[in-house]
Amino acid sequence: MRVAVVGAGVVGALIARELSRFHVDVMIFEKNTDVGMGVTKANSAIVHAGYDDEPGTVRSKFCVPGNALYTELAKDLQFDLKRIGSLVLAFRDEEVRILEELYKRGEINNVPGLEIWDRDKILSYEPNINPEVIAGLWAPTAGITEPWMVAMAAIENAVDNGAHLYLETEVYDIETIEGRVKKIITNKGEFEVDIVINAAGMYADEIAKMASADYVPLHPRKGEYILLDKQEFNGFVKSILFPTPSVLGKGTLVTPTVDGGILVGPTAVDMPPEREFREDTSTTFEGFEALMSKALKMTPLIDFRASIKTFAGLRPESPQKDFLVGRTNIFGFFNAMAMRSPGLTAAPAIAKFMVEEIQEAMGETLSPKSDFKPARERIKKYADLPPSIWDEEIKKDPLAGKMICFCNKVTEREILEAIRRGARTIDGVKFRTRAMFGSCQGGFCTHRIMKILARELGVDIADIKLRSDKSFVLMGQVRK
Amino acid sequence: MRTEEMVCIMCPLGCHLTVREENGEITVTGNRCPRGVEYGRQELTEPLRILTSSVLVEHGELPLVSVKTNKPIPRKLIMQVMEILKNTRIEAPVRVGDVIINNILNTGADIIATRNVERIDVA
Amino acid sequence: MVEKSVDVLVIGAGAAGLGAAIGAAREGVNEVVIVERDERSGGILNQCIHNGFGLHYFREELSGPEYAERVKKIVHQYPNINVKVEQYVHQIDYRRKEVVVASTEGITVYKPKSLVVATGARERPMGGILVPGTRPAGVFTAGVAQRFVNLENRLPGKRAIIVGSGDIGLIMARRLTLEGVEVVAVVERMPYPGGLERNIRQCLKDFNIPLYLSHTVVGIYGKERLEEVVIAQLDENYKPIPGTEKKFKVDTLVLSVGLIPQSTLFKDFLKIDPWTKGIVTSSSGRSSLNWIFAAGNCTVIYDLVDWVTEEGSVAGKFAAMYVKSNWEPAKFFIEKGQNVGILFPAWYEEGTNLNLYLRVKKPIPEGTIRVKQRNNLIYSKKHLNMLPSEMLSIKIPESKIGSGDITVEVLE
Repeated sequence: MRVAVVGAGVVGALIARELSRFHVDVMIFEKNTDVGMGVTKANSAIVHAGYDDEPGTVRSKFCVPGNALYTELAKDLQFDLKRIGSLVLAFRDEEVRILEELYKRGEINNVPGLEIWDRDKILSYEPNINPEVIAGLWAPTAGITEPWMVAMAAIENAVDNGAHLYLETEVYDIETIEGRVKKIITNKGEFEVDIVINAAGMYADEIAKMASADYVPLHPRKGEYILLDKQEFNGFVKSILFPTPSVLGKGTLVTPTVDGGILVGPTAVDMPPEREFREDTSTTFEGFEALMSKALKMTPLIDFRASIKTFAGLRPESPQKDFLVGRTNIFGFFNAMAMRSPGLTAAPAIAKFMVEEIQEAMGETLSPKSDFKPARERIKKYADLPPSIWDEEIKKDPLAGKMICFCNKVTEREILEAIRRGARTIDGVKFRTRAMFGSCQGGFCTHRIMKILARELGVDIADIKLRSDKSFVLMGQVRK
Repeated sequence: MRTEEMVCIMCPLGCHLTVREENGEITVTGNRCPRGVEYGRQELTEPLRILTSSVLVEHGELPLVSVKTNKPIPRKLIMQVMEILKNTRIEAPVRVGDVIINNILNTGADIIATRNVERIDVA
Repeated sequence: MVEKSVDVLVIGAGAAGLGAAIGAAREGVNEVVIVERDERSGGILNQCIHNGFGLHYFREELSGPEYAERVKKIVHQYPNINVKVEQYVHQIDYRRKEVVVASTEGITVYKPKSLVVATGARERPMGGILVPGTRPAGVFTAGVAQRFVNLENRLPGKRAIIVGSGDIGLIMARRLTLEGVEVVAVVERMPYPGGLERNIRQCLKDFNIPLYLSHTVVGIYGKERLEEVVIAQLDENYKPIPGTEKKFKVDTLVLSVGLIPQSTLFKDFLKIDPWTKGIVTSSSGRSSLNWIFAAGNCTVIYDLVDWVTEEGSVAGKFAAMYVKSNWEPAKFFIEKGQNVGILFPAWYEEGTNLNLYLRVKKPIPEGTIRVKQRNNLIYSKKHLNMLPSEMLSIKIPESKIGSGDITVEVLE
């Protein structure tokens, strides 16, 4: 059986990995130069507890199970997961009533460990919260992770288990015969397939339309973020802070990141559905002002002079505000679309579900591989080792002692490993090692990283791109 | 008749000068010392500049050696000098003070190296 | 893992660190080790190929690399100075006085008797100024652009706009223009330029590059590579005035929006200025811990490298004196009086000369700088054309200073 997974974001990557447990041909098609660089790249990175989702929605089916699956997934794939818990904060009586509703919803959804905390408990746990807080909903299973790394690690593991990854490969058309998937047509050629998994993020409705399959219309919902310097704000809050949710969504969070910084966001602005808006990740003044005023309400001592990065991400939103997962009217075509919040959290559960769904819909049992390797090793971070162990590593491998990114302590060995695992661009190195994520944002190490990439890839330094084909950094020589 | 406002750079006082040229005669006002007159006059008639730039090095640990004119040269010649520098190559090793080009464009100024560049022989 | 005891350990071999090593070696200690994380010593001077360095220290106008070579020559005269490059300071245990350093040779744990911090400054990045728009390639901080052009032989783009009229931005405007890059404008948010008049003339006026004062960038756009930058005029509260937007089609943005002292490694145990992020020191260079000294841009952002080398040398000398004789005299506060914006150092230690560095809070066309100790006026001098962008240096010899807290003020 030949399966095409369209989209190597966190959803597609985890589905591909699940499928690579079985004797099927898994082909992953990703239009960008690297995996996890679409919707997956820019979001709050939260593994939600699951009390938000109204019982009866598709989301509510997958959020809590997905959350639970993250523990083993993080161990197997060796990405960062920190279950720091979350607090939904109420500042008015009406908001306290909403908290109680969320609590009840959480119980129905089987969310473990929910508690309503009073003001004193909240402030003793998080002293930087606005003292006007009245109550809070505590959810210990909520956590933070590194979304692109989940995708990257899952893809590495899937490929290690026989899957094929096609980067810079865009699906142009899908041929069906008598309501059955036949082949996909891409810019890199045609592929005969039996199954298509539509995990194409912001473009999933277009992919479905190519196959005349069921779909929901998507439009982008933009979310802007501000990231604060971990050197200034590490430890400012230790859990994920939410305002009381509204009809607009979960609201603007103040949360630690796995890297130690503080992330403020997102905003939530619905954009038109046309293609030009599906790539629009621009930030705005209004967005910054909204983020700052909302964050200041929750944590008045937050200081945006410590900001080191601003960015925006898009969520693929549908009119139903819910996922569309599973079989369709086209035999062999399966959707995992409209993966808005809590898409990241739900992804592992959706991946497992998809395997069941395929078997049921196709009327076939997939035969599992006896030699499936569930584990993937992370790129070793030498600076996290005890100095005496680090010393031994350097004696075996001197490049483990050559620091390239000073702010985030990334050695040349880690950068070489990132390149070995598929990094071809500056972002490829950045997102695999967290180089350039720190206080100087690449001020000291950009030229070094570009030189290493140029050397390893055998190209001129001016051919090294930031992220995509036309994002060249340098233009020409000073002296020829 | 030409008038230019400028800040004198001869000393940290930074007098605001008004330099006027009328019928071939130049007057400088606003200065607090004679060096200001000298500066204003020169700046109006023939502004002089030190040029700092780089020259390509072959077989060096760095691709470029930083250079400068060892004396100020007429500003109007700068682009011409740049063209010459763009087409100049020298071999490593280079030492601070090495004369790269003697008496550039007959200005009396040399182009000299302002750093060391060690030689590396590529195998 | 190697343990190494050393008299004076200096972190950073830039202008301040090299100066500190010279100061310590001159004072006479057994060994001074400098650990530098870059591939060569000299710090930022290596890429500052323009002139303007050394007028005070060497009485000659030099380019950055020349200045560095001169200082390095002095360093080489002292056999007890050991400069080690490609060394990364990983951790400091301030209680056990241990500095853990990583290099391709392994981990070395230094046990210095005194430490001089000369870690310099970093540039404020794009994300630090909250500019709306996209995040395309083609946005550089000035230092990165300078590195590529001067040391890596690569141009950042073809058509550039520069944000920030400090000297670094002005110098890059000239450098890029001379190398064939079209510099369309320099944009400055203050109503007055940030750099020296001489640089305005020789970097902007000489090349007819327009300077937009009281303007800032309000948008950057481009899908993969920068395509457009939008600037707008600012009102008295530094808020953009709607309707004043100007668009520039450029492929390169060079950002020169401030330097930040690199003090994070020390923030848990040294007093750090909460506003400037500089390591707080006394007139001897000593920090809030008696065995740790600091000098250079990691304490306050200097205008002249000459001052940096001098202050480095002071810190090195007293670090060595501490090693030799546990030198630790009485300490007094130095306070900011009227109109003083930035003032350095924060404390005065008896027996030292007082080299004060200050920036006024606002432009003062005519004023007097007064330094008082208790009720005695120990320094008074008239100054003209004082701007916050031009740092003033005041030297008061030790003989003129008694004991007691000191206040520095600028009267109009």
